Amino acid sequence: MIETADTLSPEIFKGDDSPVKIAVRNLNFYYGDHQALFGNNIDIKEKRVTAVIGPSGCGKSTHLRIYNRIYKLYREQRAEGEIMLDGDNVLADNMDILELRRKVGMIFQKPTPFPMSVFENVAYGLKLHYKLSKSETAERVEKGLRGAALWDEVKDKLKKPGMALSGGQQQRLCIARAIAIQPEVLLMDEPTSAIDPIGTLKIENLIEELKKDFTIVIVTHNMQQAARISDYTAFFYQGYIVEYNKTSDIFTKPRLKQTEDYITGRFG
Amino acid sequence: MLFRHLTLISAVMIIIIMAGFFVQLLFHSLPAIEKFGISFFFRNEWDPVRLEFGAAGPLYGTLVTTLIAMLIAVPLSFVIALFLVEIAPPHLSRIISQAIDLLAAVPSIIYGMWGLFYFVPFMQNHVQPFLADTLYLKHIPLFSGPQMGFGLLTAGLILALMVLPFITAVMRDVFRMVPSVVKESAYGAGATTWEVTFDVTMRYGMQGLLGAVFLGLGRAIGETMAVLFIIGNSPEISTSLFSSGTTISAILANKFAEAEGIYKNVLFELGLTLLVITLLIQVAAQWWLNKVRKSSGGGL
Amino acid sequence: MQRRGIAGRKGINYFVTALSIGASILGVVFLAWILYTVIYQGFRSLNFAFFFEPTKPYGIPDGGIANAILGTVMITAGASIIGVPLGLLGGVYLSEFGRSSKIGNAIRFSANVMMGIPSIIVGLFVYTLLVYTTKSFSGFAASVALAIIMFPVVLRTTEDMLCMVPNALRESALAIGIPRWRATICIIFRAAKTGLITGVLLSVARVSGETAPLLFTALTSDAWPIHFFTQPTANLTVTITEYATNSPFEVMHVRAWGAALLITGAVLILNIICRTLFREAKR
Repeated sequence: MIETADTLSPEIFKGDDSPVKIAVRNLNFYYGDHQALFGNNIDIKEKRVTAVIGPSGCGKSTHLRIYNRIYKLYREQRAEGEIMLDGDNVLADNMDILELRRKVGMIFQKPTPFPMSVFENVAYGLKLHYKLSKSETAERVEKGLRGAALWDEVKDKLKKPGMALSGGQQQRLCIARAIAIQPEVLLMDEPTSAIDPIGTLKIENLIEELKKDFTIVIVTHNMQQAARISDYTAFFYQGYIVEYNKTSDIFTKPRLKQTEDYITGRFG
Repeated sequence: MLFRHLTLISAVMIIIIMAGFFVQLLFHSLPAIEKFGISFFFRNEWDPVRLEFGAAGPLYGTLVTTLIAMLIAVPLSFVIALFLVEIAPPHLSRIISQAIDLLAAVPSIIYGMWGLFYFVPFMQNHVQPFLADTLYLKHIPLFSGPQMGFGLLTAGLILALMVLPFITAVMRDVFRMVPSVVKESAYGAGATTWEVTFDVTMRYGMQGLLGAVFLGLGRAIGETMAVLFIIGNSPEISTSLFSSGTTISAILANKFAEAEGIYKNVLFELGLTLLVITLLIQVAAQWWLNKVRKSSGGGL
Repeated sequence: MQRRGIAGRKGINYFVTALSIGASILGVVFLAWILYTVIYQGFRSLNFAFFFEPTKPYGIPDGGIANAILGTVMITAGASIIGVPLGLLGGVYLSEFGRSSKIGNAIRFSANVMMGIPSIIVGLFVYTLLVYTTKSFSGFAASVALAIIMFPVVLRTTEDMLCMVPNALRESALAIGIPRWRATICIIFRAAKTGLITGVLLSVARVSGETAPLLFTALTSDAWPIHFFTQPTANLTVTITEYATNSPFEVMHVRAWGAALLITGAVLILNIICRTLFREAKR
């Protein structure tokens, strides 16, 4: 049994009156017979950056992948519990999965440009969900690319294939694609792990900007990154949320030894 | 060094044999080429008594049967591959997958024989009356005429059935090569399975899919035994798909033994034609498949 | 922004899903129908005479297909004797010496293309080489034709299998001073053994069901295949062709089904063996 602190303590949100966007209660997750998450409880605040940290294999990506039910692509994977998004349970059978994924965008570890042009990449999600005229589409694409701080770099190569961009640009293209459809939540699964330092810096700055409009949950294995960009941090260990607190608090005065050991680099 | 040369000689044999195909077939068709010239390919005449020959009939039959086969087999293979990779539960997918691999290995003569004894009567008693009378298509020339079971339509359908496992197997492998994270990302944008397949998977694997289609096309166009028994073996051109016809390979197999002199040269010229057609198709297929192999680093 | 209706998108998705399930069922039904027919009809003909008596001339109802079985085995064995060593050696060249050379690429490309050339063309080619020149059809000519069909298949699988052998093994073998040919045969071949056997067996399976090339080379005969090199030679697939198309007699149709069962069974069993072998080797 892993020792955990109370992740629902009202102390955590003291002085922050932003509403709770996502409320996770008693979340268990299974890969076939293997249980990967154990009774996760966590509240995610609206328009804040919440970082999820922990050693590899601790279940942080698994946790994130439940929020938009992308795990459902694999038959043997199963989730139990409740994830309330604006009061609706994501895991309920009657939750419309397409609508859910419009509201909850996702950015993956590796950039995943689709095999089409830069413009089409951003327009893709838009066209799925909205009826738009040509000029409206162009407008939205530009807005998305500007939002992802990519417009100036690609405005002359909109017809080029998305795969022709650099790694960092590709990742921002994916962000542009995600934000163009106006989601409410952005899930980021180690978005900078395959990106060079300069690209990483750009994406980190971008996240600062994005949090004005979106609720962001970001999985990262890089503690400095979590410290730099997030408002709240959850520490995962072996499928448990060991500790959850304001980022400034968790890095300066962790409540549990387990957390302290990880943060100070004694394991992980 | 000796060993190295020995292996090199063996490998180069491939190129020599390929060249040999051309040289030998060309040599044996020369008299026919001299006699009939380029108009050979447009003449609709096949008269072994007066020794007047034209390739229009066999070419037409080859074209029509292959077209029918591809029109049916390609979309079916596509959706079956979709079923195997995206829809079916893993164990069912594995079973059907293996069955398809095995069926691709069944000799074509088996398809021909089954076609002759089972599919021809089935066509005659059920499919052709259904098309002509029930759907009332008999006033369209394509579906008019006597319903004998034999003919272009039946041969095309058998060919479709024969190339189906091939195309499906390659398409399935192409679908599987699309990285799952790219698919996840499309699903993550809120796309349905069909949208992911049509917009992302298909574009991602387009060259592989084209390779698969051309591989199937190459097989269908040169297939002999699956069509020989059921096409009716008549070198005439008829507008109806219900009527008998022939293909290049079927007429070769059917008439070669009885042909003498210039008749035989004509058959060689048909063979040469088939060789050139299939060669072009194969080069296209390999060109596309090579591109996929390169970009994915093996796997096909 | 105006939203697109989700119902329409889902409708299309359901439609395609239904279509793909339907197509899969249709495919499975037809292919099961074919296999069922071959098995059901084939078993009716299996008896002692079928396996031990030769074919009889047209019109005599009794007899078996023993000479055709033997002929097919001889033709296929002959093809293997010619085609397998050529393919193995050629594959060694591609994987050991010509991996990314121009000539290597040209050979690889030609082999891929040649695998798609219709077998009837190969039949015509060998006819001009061996039948036209000697004025006699023969089982040997059929062996040559099938060997030409096997050649690129064996060559490409050999190359693929040898390429999977790690380079470290190659280098360590050469480092202790073994000549290249011994290193290849003793060490690299051994490491890739299962893959090579699989490749060879698959190519044997592939050619043993061929018919079209045999129509131009072996023809068929009612005799035992004694004059393998000089006379038309009995074989299963051409016998099937003859019995199925040129005969009004039900007994001959039944015997053709029996031959079809034999050849299909052999091909499928070879394929299953290869797949199991290969899967176990991969583990």
